[in-house]
Amino acid sequence: MDLTRRKVLALGTSTFAMASLTGLPAFASLTDDAIAAITGGAEITEGGIELTAPEIAENGNTVPVEVAAAGAVEIALFASGNPTPAVATFKFGPLAGSRSGSTRIRLAKTQDVVAIAKMEDGSFHKASATVKVTIGGCGG
Amino acid sequence: MASGVKPRVKVPKTAAAGDIITIKTLISHKMESGQRKGDDGNLIPRSIINRFTADFNGQNVIDVTVEPAVSTNPYFEFEAMVPEAGEFKFTWYDDDGSVYETAKKIAIG
Repeated sequence: MDLTRRKVLALGTSTFAMASLTGLPAFASLTDDAIAAITGGAEITEGGIELTAPEIAENGNTVPVEVAAAGAVEIALFASGNPTPAVATFKFGPLAGSRSGSTRIRLAKTQDVVAIAKMEDGSFHKASATVKVTIGGCGG
Repeated sequence: MASGVKPRVKVPKTAAAGDIITIKTLISHKMESGQRKGDDGNLIPRSIINRFTADFNGQNVIDVTVEPAVSTNPYFEFEAMVPEAGEFKFTWYDDDGSVYETAKKIAIG
């Protein structure tokens, strides 16, 4: 028996690393694709938009989030770790009192929530927040 | 048509002309995401509210595109400018083609 404790531990960590390596880019690219679909590949500046989300969400079924970006015509929300990243898109009309909105969303697991704002001048701004989820919200 | 759909909206009764007011809306809807499996192991088909709009005297305030990642009983809070007395109209669009509407009057004073 040459399967020592040390070897087993090494095996375990390497398979875990492999799993997370193969798992993450798939989700990231889904979100990137969804974001590219609205920006059309335009450059995105960090900041200029406020995204309020809890640091820890007990229940992934209802996570309150709030977005605000002065001068935005459109704000889109994405959840990078959900089966489908798109969450909601707020489009502001002529009588919008402020360029902000809040809603409650589902998060499947601990992940980054990303907000993309399209400004009046056609530029794009981005903000993201990591939310730790205790109970997933996608019935998995 | 999903059963038991009931819209609820909170709008102040009065405001000064040009005021910015906060509006809270909620509609009871199960928002079936299409990701869940039923007791028989088959996927439960998606059935959600896919769009929400708010208008004041025919002018748009906000238009929200809603995806399955929005929670059961979708809740939206936003701000609106009130230039004159009039009526807010709120509309929710269901996947099955139903449209749920509600309206609230606001006076200047």
